Amino acid sequence: MKTFRIGGVHPQGNKLTAGQPITPVGLPKQAAILLSQHIGAPAQCIVAKGDKVKVGTLIAKAGGFVSANIHSPYSGTVAKIDVIADGTGYKKPAIFIDVEGDEWEESIDRSETLVTTCDLDAAAIVNCIEEMGIVGLGGATFPTKVKLCPPPTMKAEVLIINAVECEPYLTNDHALMMAKADEIMVGIELLMKAVNVTRTFIGIEANKPDAIALLTEKAHAHKGVEVVALACRYPQGGEKQLIDAILRRQVASGALPVSTGAIVQNVATAYAVYEAVQKHKPLIERVVTVTGKSLTHPGNLLSRIGTPISMLLEAAGGIPEDTGKIVLGGPMMGKATANVETPTGKGTSGILVINESEAHRTAPSPCIRCAKCVSACPMGLEPYLLAKSTMAGNMEIAEKGHIYDCIECGCCTFSCPAHRPLLDYIRQGKGQVMGIIRARNAANKK
Amino acid sequence: MNKLVVSPSPHIHSGISTPQCMYGVLIALIPAFLVSLYFFGLGALLVTLTSVVSCVVFEYLIQKFLLKEEPTISNGSAILTGVLLAFNLPSNLPLWIVVLGALFAIGVAKMAFGGLGNNIFNPALAGRIFLLISFPAQMTTWPIPSTLPMSLDAETGATTLSILKYGSAESLAGLDATQHLIGNIGGSLGEVSAIALLIGFAYMLWKRIITWHIPVCIIATVAVFAFLAGIGNGVEYAAKLAEMHVLSGGVLLGAIFMATDYVTSPMTKGGMVLYGILIGIITMVIRLWGAYPEGMSFAIFIMNGVTPLINNYMKPKRFGEVVKNGK
Repeated sequence: MKTFRIGGVHPQGNKLTAGQPITPVGLPKQAAILLSQHIGAPAQCIVAKGDKVKVGTLIAKAGGFVSANIHSPYSGTVAKIDVIADGTGYKKPAIFIDVEGDEWEESIDRSETLVTTCDLDAAAIVNCIEEMGIVGLGGATFPTKVKLCPPPTMKAEVLIINAVECEPYLTNDHALMMAKADEIMVGIELLMKAVNVTRTFIGIEANKPDAIALLTEKAHAHKGVEVVALACRYPQGGEKQLIDAILRRQVASGALPVSTGAIVQNVATAYAVYEAVQKHKPLIERVVTVTGKSLTHPGNLLSRIGTPISMLLEAAGGIPEDTGKIVLGGPMMGKATANVETPTGKGTSGILVINESEAHRTAPSPCIRCAKCVSACPMGLEPYLLAKSTMAGNMEIAEKGHIYDCIECGCCTFSCPAHRPLLDYIRQGKGQVMGIIRARNAANKK
Repeated sequence: MNKLVVSPSPHIHSGISTPQCMYGVLIALIPAFLVSLYFFGLGALLVTLTSVVSCVVFEYLIQKFLLKEEPTISNGSAILTGVLLAFNLPSNLPLWIVVLGALFAIGVAKMAFGGLGNNIFNPALAGRIFLLISFPAQMTTWPIPSTLPMSLDAETGATTLSILKYGSAESLAGLDATQHLIGNIGGSLGEVSAIALLIGFAYMLWKRIITWHIPVCIIATVAVFAFLAGIGNGVEYAAKLAEMHVLSGGVLLGAIFMATDYVTSPMTKGGMVLYGILIGIITMVIRLWGAYPEGMSFAIFIMNGVTPLINNYMKPKRFGEVVKNGK
C-alpha cells in the first residue's frame, strides 16, 4: 500500500466515533462569529449593532486576496461587535448575534435533492466558491479560491482529494464520506472543472475500509476519479506528504505544492463546494468530531459555525469530571484551549477532551541521541539539532538545518523517549529564522 | 472540573521512555548472561554483580555529592554500563580491578563529560580499555569454559583470536564453528556465545530499540575484509578465516551492543553505515597488523571520537531534495 517516503509515526488511532452518523446539534442563544477563521487577512465586518440577519446573510467581506467572506450561520439580531478569546487564547474581533428562530435566506436550496448538473464555467465556479466563503476544511483553513487560481506559470495536472484523516480520534471526514458520498463526487467534478484537470485521486487511509469501498464504487460513475488506499501513517494528511504518497513527487523547499502539478483539497471542502455551487449555501456549518475517552456520548456533530464549544461538549454528554485539557482539532496538531466559551470556526474539525492523567507532559530528561526524532521527521530534518541550536541561540545552525521547512506535525516530540519538547523549541527557532531571512531580504533590496 | 492545561501540540506521546530503551537493552543481554553463567560459573556472576553495583553507586555518589543534582540512577543507564563493562571482562578478573574499571567508566568517561547524553566515548568501552592498558596480564588471561558450572578455578588458555593471529593454517582448520556459536570458547564473559548475542540482536530489532545498520555493516565489513585477507590461501581457507573472525573475540558483542550505544553513535542512517564500515576496517587492521590480537574495542573507541564529525557531514535526505534531480 502506498504511503509517503520520509519519516512519519504511527500513533494509536483511538477513533472512538468511527461509524457514528452525523447528528445535528441545536442553536445557541447567542453566538460569536470570529472575523478571522481562515489563514490570511481577517474579514471586514459589514453589519452593525441592531441589524437583522438571516442564515446565509453576508456579514463580513474578505479583507484581501488571501481572506474569505463570512456569512451568518444564524437568524437574529447583531448584538455587538466585540472581542472573544479564540482557539489560540488571544482575544479576536467577532460579531455577536442574538439568535432568534432559524430563518434562512431564500436563495439557499435546503432540500436534500442531489443536483448533479451545472452550467457554470470554471471562472463562475471559482467565483461562487469565493462568494460563499469556502476555505480548506482540513484544519489549515486556506481560502479555497486562492488554491484554485495557481500562478500563471504553473499548471495543475491532477486534483488530489485529502480524505486521509491521519489525526488520531478525528472521524468527521469519515462520517461525511459515509453520509454524503454522492454530493462529494459532484463537488469533486466541480473542482476538476474549476482547475481544468481530467484526473482526481482520493487518498483514504486503510483504517476506513467502508469509506474506501463506498467511494470506489461511486467513482465508477465519474470518469478520471480514482480512490487510492493509503497505509496508515501520520502526517499523511499533510499536503506535501499526501502528494508524495500518491504521485511520488516532492514539493521543493519553499515552492508551492501546485509546482508538482497537484492541487490538494480536503474531502469536506469538496462537499462544501457542492453545497456552495449547487445549493447556493455558504459555509455556515460543518461536522465536528467531539471526542475523548471520558465523554459519555462522543459523536460527529453537525453544528453551525460559532457554536460555543461548551455547547458541543454538553451534546456529547457534558464535560467529564476528570477533564485535564480541551483541544481544538486532533491530538497531534490541535490547539489546547483554556476557555470553553470559545466559538467554533470554519477550521474546527474536532474537540478532544483529554483526561487529567494524560493532560500533563512528562518532565524532560537529557537527550540520549537515539535519533528517533531524525527517523520520525517527515521533512527529513534533524529535530534534535534544530531544538538544541535554538536553545543555544545559534540561529545560523538552525537556518542551515532548514528549520523553515518544519511543518510542525509534532512527530519529533511524539517519539522522543526523553520527553523533550522538541517542537516547542523548533517553532520558536523557526519564527526567529523566518524573521532573520525577511530582514536580510529587505536589506538586500535596498 | 480541574483547571485546564494549555500546552502546544502534540498532546499525545508514543509512550517510549529513556528507561524503557535502557531496560530493553538489558533484556536483550539476558541470553548472553545466562550462557556466561553456564560456562564460566560463579566468576561471571561475581564480576557482573560487582560491576553493576559499582557503576550505580559511583553514579549516585557523583550526582548527589559532587554535582549536587537529583540522582537519576533509576533510568537504567548506569546498570547498562555496568553489565556491558562486565561482559567485556574475563570472568576471573580480581574484583577490585572490576571496581576500578567501573570508576573510570562512570566517573571519567560519563560524568566528567556531563553525564547521560553528553559523553563522547562509550563509558563501558572506556572502562574496558582503561583496564586493558593498566592490567594487560589480568585482562588477557581468559578462563577456558568449565564443564563443571559454578566452579571458580577454571583453566586458562589461548583464545581463538591468538590462534588467528599467531597460529598456523592447521590450527585454524581445527577451530570448531559450533563451539563458537554456543559459546564454549575462551573470552570475555559476555562475548563467547554468538547465538545468545544474535537472539539479543533480534529482540532489539523487534522492539525497535536499534536499527540493523551499525551491527550489519560492522559484521559484513569484518567478514569481507578477513575473506580478502585470506584469499591468497584459497577460498576455503578465506571463508574459514572470515567465519572465525566474525565469531571470535568481541565482534558480535561490540557490533550489537557496544557500537549501537545511542549517545556515541551517529544520528543518521547514512552515518551509521559509514560508522559501521569504518569500525569493521579498523578492527581488522588492528587484528591483522596491530600489536593486539583484538581490535574491536579500539575500533569502536576511535569511531566514537569521529561520530560528531560524521553527524556534521552525513545529513538525512530532506523532503524535496530529490526534485532537483528531475523527479
